[in-house]
Amino acid sequence: MDIKRVKDYIYWLYYQYLLITCSYVLEPWEQSMFHTITVTVVAMVVYTAYVFVPIHVRLALEFFSQIFGGQPESTVSIMN
Amino acid sequence: MEPSKQISLTGRRSQKRRLKSASDNYRGYMATDHNAGERGAESGKLRRWKLLRGRTLLWVHVVPIMLPTAVCNGHLHHHHQKQNNLLKSGICKKNGITKGMKNGVSNGTLYKKTFIEHFEQAPMYVAVLTFLGFGVGTVFGYLRDFMRAWGLEKRNIATEREEQKDFVPLYQDFENFYTRNLYMRIRDNWNRPICSVPGPQFDLMERVTDDYNWTFRFTGRTIKNVINMGSYNYLGFAETDVNALKTVTIELQKYGTGVCSTRQEMGTLDKHVEIEKLVAKFLGVEDAMVFGMGFATNSMNIPALVGKGCLILSDELNHTSLVLGARLSGATIRIFKHNNMQSLENLLRDAIIYGQPRSHRAWRKIIILVEGIYSMEGSIVRLPEIVSLKKKYKAYLYLDEAHSIGAVGATGRGVVEYFGMSPDDVDVLMGTFTKSFGAAGGYLAGKKELVDFLRTHSHSAVYATSMCPAVAEQIIRAMKCLMGLDGTTQGLQRVRQLGRNTRYFRRRLHEMGFIIYGNDDSPVVPLLLYMPGKIGAFARRMLEKNIGVVVVGFPATPITESRARFCVSAAHTREMLDTVLNALDELGDFLRLKYSRYSKSSHPELYEETSHELED
Repeated sequence: MDIKRVKDYIYWLYYQYLLITCSYVLEPWEQSMFHTITVTVVAMVVYTAYVFVPIHVRLALEFFSQIFGGQPESTVSIMN
Repeated sequence: MEPSKQISLTGRRSQKRRLKSASDNYRGYMATDHNAGERGAESGKLRRWKLLRGRTLLWVHVVPIMLPTAVCNGHLHHHHQKQNNLLKSGICKKNGITKGMKNGVSNGTLYKKTFIEHFEQAPMYVAVLTFLGFGVGTVFGYLRDFMRAWGLEKRNIATEREEQKDFVPLYQDFENFYTRNLYMRIRDNWNRPICSVPGPQFDLMERVTDDYNWTFRFTGRTIKNVINMGSYNYLGFAETDVNALKTVTIELQKYGTGVCSTRQEMGTLDKHVEIEKLVAKFLGVEDAMVFGMGFATNSMNIPALVGKGCLILSDELNHTSLVLGARLSGATIRIFKHNNMQSLENLLRDAIIYGQPRSHRAWRKIIILVEGIYSMEGSIVRLPEIVSLKKKYKAYLYLDEAHSIGAVGATGRGVVEYFGMSPDDVDVLMGTFTKSFGAAGGYLAGKKELVDFLRTHSHSAVYATSMCPAVAEQIIRAMKCLMGLDGTTQGLQRVRQLGRNTRYFRRRLHEMGFIIYGNDDSPVVPLLLYMPGKIGAFARRMLEKNIGVVVVGFPATPITESRARFCVSAAHTREMLDTVLNALDELGDFLRLKYSRYSKSSHPELYEETSHELED
């Protein structure tokens, strides 16, 4: 029963996507083309985000912590 | 020795004269100038004093008309002030706020009951997604056009011949592009053939398409008892009950079906005289004239009433028949915003002050074209304000009651009765018999001089075949039923049932959270769909649930506001309406159509008071 509900929900989401982007009215081959393009674009966005966002966030945090904190991190360990 | 000089009311210098005569206080400033010379006996001092007095009076008359607030009588001024505020704050469609404004207190003198209209705007993301949807459709349209042009795909639609390729292109404009690429894809939701009377339920012929709506074929089955939410059957007179149609069958056997002549030749039968008298009595006017076709009533008679040198002020959302009639007449047309009295007043003032475009002569006639109920919006015209404006600026009013006759008003006599006004206030009353009377044709009613003029000068009377007598008899029996002349109260019951159905349907739709346009009392209910993908999905799914609806898209509505239009009928029972409402509820959740931000909860039972005390 649960599987059926999940499947119905996924189908409903897919249907909403079809309605919103007006690909509901397209013929099947046009729909395949549109889905391919959309999936490609979304995949590229996700990949770009995965590659670039963490690095940029880390650099931004370092920049702002320098302004507020002002202490450079030392890599030299303190010797007894 | 008094000169009988004509005081000219045309020409540029006479603008101010026209204003003064319009306010019924003409003092003849120019007249004193002309007359003084002729009389000759006046001294120079007397003449100068008269000129000075004339000029002062002129200034005194002109200034009040320039100031927007001072000229009106007390009530009207008060009303306009309030109305301006309301217009600025809430009534404008662009504002996004539901127009749930009750005008009862401030407009107590003009409106006898509250006038509530709704034109809620959807959230911004809906408009963005609608444009996105149309963008996708357009891109694929260009792709398909490209494929068709290069022969990769078969051409199903009209194209030019090979020899005409160098001529001016015929099918490149946006309308044809839209038809080819967007309309064709969802075309199966329109032009569905019916094979029974369009009563509250009807039968549809089932048809399927093998090549994505370019061609259809009938399977041979009929879909039975589809609930009809699209026919203009407001009072339920589209019926096949033998008792009801008894007189119609008798007349059919007496006269046959064809009239075979125009009104002016041999097409005026005694039935036409009878129906015209009855229509005049029904509306409370002096005389009426009936025509065979409702559309032709507008488009063929407006050219007879106005011509070159006249001014037509027509509402933004007027029906095509009115627009066509106005254009055919050759008069100048100016358009005011939909139901916006401020816009109309500005146009009237400009028309009177500046006159005709180049010569600045006075307009021969100024006529205001409005409809009783606008069929795409469901809004009702603001008749009391228009009548007061018309009286103030001395214009004429042409009221097209195609959808409102029989459907609004306490006894079904249209918007004039709905607002409690007298039919003498409206100069030309026009209506059709197609909507509430279950017949075909239209009428024009008003003063006897007007109708006599139309009998000789209307194009329809001279060239068009007159109404078929059997159809005339259907109108007569429907009207007698409405007026109570057949001895029963059935007519009044139908009108009341329509009012109940309308209010119930609209209230439930508001509660569910749909965006509905229009006045609370109008039986035309547009439900907004917005996105182009949802138009086709909505209509097809409703048909699967055995409900027939009419969906409307781009050319008939603005591009972002596609809608489904329901026409409530007096013949719908409560169970039918409940079936439709439940289906709408389900479909609204499935397609995510409940955009309204101001609805009450869809489950009012949850608001019942429950006891929060612990049980001990």
